[in-house]
Amino acid sequence: MSRITLSNLAHSYLPKPKTPADYALKEMDHVWQDGGAYALLGASGCGKTTLLNIISGLLRPSQGRVLFGETDVTDAPTAARNIAQVFQFPVVYDTMTVRENLAFPLRNRGRDAAYIAARVDQIAAMIGMEAMLDRKARGLTADAKQKISLGRGMVREDVNAILFDEPLTVIDPHMKWELRTQLKQLHREFGHTMIYVTHDQTEALTFADKVVVMHEGRVVQTGTPEELFETPEHTFVGYFIGSPGMNLFEAEVEGNMARVMGHPVPLSASYPAARGRVQIGIRPEFVQLADEGLPAIITRVEDVGRHRILRGEAFGQPVNLLLPEEIPAAPGPAFLRLAPEKINVYADDWRVLPVGARRAA
Amino acid sequence: MKRPGSALVMVLYLLFLLIPIYWLVNMSFKTNAEITRSFTLFPHDLTFQNYRTILTDPSWYMGYVNSLTYVVLNTAISITVALPAAYAFSRYRFLGDKHLFFWLLTNRMAPPAVFALPFFQLYSSVGLFDTHIAVALAHCLFNVPLAVWILEGFMSGVPKEIDETAYIDGYSFPRFFVKIFMPLIASGIGVAAFFCFMFSWVELLLSRTLTSVNAKPIAATMTRTVSASGLDWGVLAAAGVLTLIPGGLVIWFVRNYIAKGFALGRV
Amino acid sequence: MEKSWNNRAWFLVLPVLALVAFSAVVPLMTVVNYSVQDTFGNNEFFWAGLEWFEETVTSERIHAALGRQVLFTAIILAIEVPLGIFVALHMPKKGFWASLCLILMAMPLLIPFNVVGTIWQIFGRVDIGLLGRTLTALGIDYNYTNDWLDAWVTVIVMDVWHWTSLVALLCYAGLQSIPEAYYQAAKIDQASRWAVFRYIELPKMRGVLLIAVLLRFMDSFMIYTEPFVVTGGGPGNSTTFLSIDLVKMAIGQFDLGPAAAFSIIYFLVILLISWVFYTVMTNLDREDRP
Repeated sequence: MSRITLSNLAHSYLPKPKTPADYALKEMDHVWQDGGAYALLGASGCGKTTLLNIISGLLRPSQGRVLFGETDVTDAPTAARNIAQVFQFPVVYDTMTVRENLAFPLRNRGRDAAYIAARVDQIAAMIGMEAMLDRKARGLTADAKQKISLGRGMVREDVNAILFDEPLTVIDPHMKWELRTQLKQLHREFGHTMIYVTHDQTEALTFADKVVVMHEGRVVQTGTPEELFETPEHTFVGYFIGSPGMNLFEAEVEGNMARVMGHPVPLSASYPAARGRVQIGIRPEFVQLADEGLPAIITRVEDVGRHRILRGEAFGQPVNLLLPEEIPAAPGPAFLRLAPEKINVYADDWRVLPVGARRAA
Repeated sequence: MKRPGSALVMVLYLLFLLIPIYWLVNMSFKTNAEITRSFTLFPHDLTFQNYRTILTDPSWYMGYVNSLTYVVLNTAISITVALPAAYAFSRYRFLGDKHLFFWLLTNRMAPPAVFALPFFQLYSSVGLFDTHIAVALAHCLFNVPLAVWILEGFMSGVPKEIDETAYIDGYSFPRFFVKIFMPLIASGIGVAAFFCFMFSWVELLLSRTLTSVNAKPIAATMTRTVSASGLDWGVLAAAGVLTLIPGGLVIWFVRNYIAKGFALGRV
Repeated sequence: MEKSWNNRAWFLVLPVLALVAFSAVVPLMTVVNYSVQDTFGNNEFFWAGLEWFEETVTSERIHAALGRQVLFTAIILAIEVPLGIFVALHMPKKGFWASLCLILMAMPLLIPFNVVGTIWQIFGRVDIGLLGRTLTALGIDYNYTNDWLDAWVTVIVMDVWHWTSLVALLCYAGLQSIPEAYYQAAKIDQASRWAVFRYIELPKMRGVLLIAVLLRFMDSFMIYTEPFVVTGGGPGNSTTFLSIDLVKMAIGQFDLGPAAAFSIIYFLVILLISWVFYTVMTNLDREDRP
């Protein structure tokens, strides 16, 4: 097991990429700590799978290096990297029994039979397929097959990392939750580095200690679920994480005061003069109804159990509020108060640090 | 190609396929004197006379017209009758469906040699002997079952919900079939047509038996000329080369579907 | 797919039924009719019972032709199926080279049968053919018109040339349907090249392979034109396969009765073997569905 370092990495599927748009993965440096449980979160087509395949060696990056510990493995084949990977759609060897499927990666590495038998039983118990061990894999349901794929991914104990590429897409919702819990438990037990690709924020936030958010071929933020929630480094993170996503208003910022179409909005800290397109962002949780503030029109009130989502419009932009159930709310004109300490300032989509503040590592 | 070993295998295999064809093409551009008297790997005395002979003599070139006529007729008939039948097999269960399907396939298994004589008598007795339609109908024997089989494979890949949605939207069956369903299985129709064309084009036993003069296929014209003036190798080779061309053209049009097509839509 | 029960679907099948009945049932009835009658010319027929059938099943000439036929079919299947798989595994997967290979490989399949015969007849001739000339120059005594072994080799190589591409294209189609993730998973699992073939590629090709074997079996069992053009069934009777024998009997000697009985038995044999294939295939299909 070892730390995985991506240095100066970029990838393009074209033979001679010219513009940045030709790159599926834009230049990046990133370190996956040994034993971390990571989620790689992003919309479809943002380069998550490309990144995963580069780590496992199925793809060779157009530029940059991949290091396992101190060893450069950029040109090493998949087999030499000792990585396990589970794919989005079930991959099972149809003509083998479930048992043979689970034993396959161990057999190929020449482990002895007694060890294999014991290990297969252990994994079968974990994925709940003890009863089906001697059935042919052909003809099983999609989620049974995917469980076998997961099992094959976890059967080797000595892997450098286990990579999951949206592994629960085809699984029933209640099974999803159970399997995710088992994966977490497995992580606690064996301490493998795990990288879990998903486009589902709930999945990412419940599985991972650290979430890596990707957008258009770039890692835009790496952080704990709280960090992603409190201080999104990029407007995409604000919008993609949280439900509903962060509210954004075009603004001018001067010192500790922002102006949205001339309406003053106090901030909790002083900001340097920002260039480009300046926006302020705030989570719907921290917007309240008030007697004065930003004028808005509430168009819809949705009751979602213990909360209400108020949807409306301010200065032609959609705006959302998340209010506890006991606060009365009705469609119509309203004023919004934004909690100053929860406001983030963005210039050209990237977060601007307040004067004197340092970026969290 | 990334693996040099694979490239070598393919080059060797393609050479094996192409060298005999090359030899035929090579001969077609030679004079008979060069063919019989010297042994040359390419024509030293390049001539187009063999092709000129064929393209100016109606008894030769009408052979191509005849062949193409019955092949196209056969393809049109086969596809037209196979489409509704394939739809029935892919969508409904009905009395005797499985037996009927198997019975249809058995006709693909019937040796043409078995049918040669009875066909001759049948078509003579109804006055169709030596007509294009006779050959086209005879070839339906093996092409219709094949077309049904291929089309059924492609149609089964189209979800039934599409039919149901169309009926709910008020489409009548014929309108639905032509406007919505046929475009969906266009590649299947192309593949089925390709196979009908292919098997009708390459078949000789039945087409020769059922024709004498007016609908005589090019392939049969070739055999007669060989036996009559056994030494005219150049013209024979040129005629052979010209029979490759329609096949080549058809392959070009369906090249993207060839692989799936040869699996009869069952991949 | 769940199919609904609907007997009106018969109307959709009627055109096919009428057409195939016209071109199959009527001629077959003629055949059956001949097979139980005898004639002394002048279109006068007499009931002959099962005499012709007895003659057919006991005829040494037909036994010999059947033996040659079975041997021929077995040999070409044994060569074409493995070779076809081998070629399919080495075909480029996509792009210009893949299209080129597909087009070139499909070429032999679209050549009229007798032209295939003509090509090999010329190619193998010792006086004007590249193959015959080359072999002779190498000091090999090769002449397919005199020597039965040379004739067999020529006919078999011709069939391999003609039809291996069909097997290869079918297998290629099967291989194309394997998602990339299977190969990636195999790499992750450190599977050997053989294991990839054995556990991923072969199972995916099984369905199309059965189609290939079925088609090659049927067509090689009915082969007529190609060997007839090259060898005329000779030297002697050494390449007289069932269809060649049948045509000789029916059209050459006009022995309608025996030829008809022969036809029926011939057809039934193919039918029986094909039915076995068909049953196996559909059963495997069913097993595939959960």
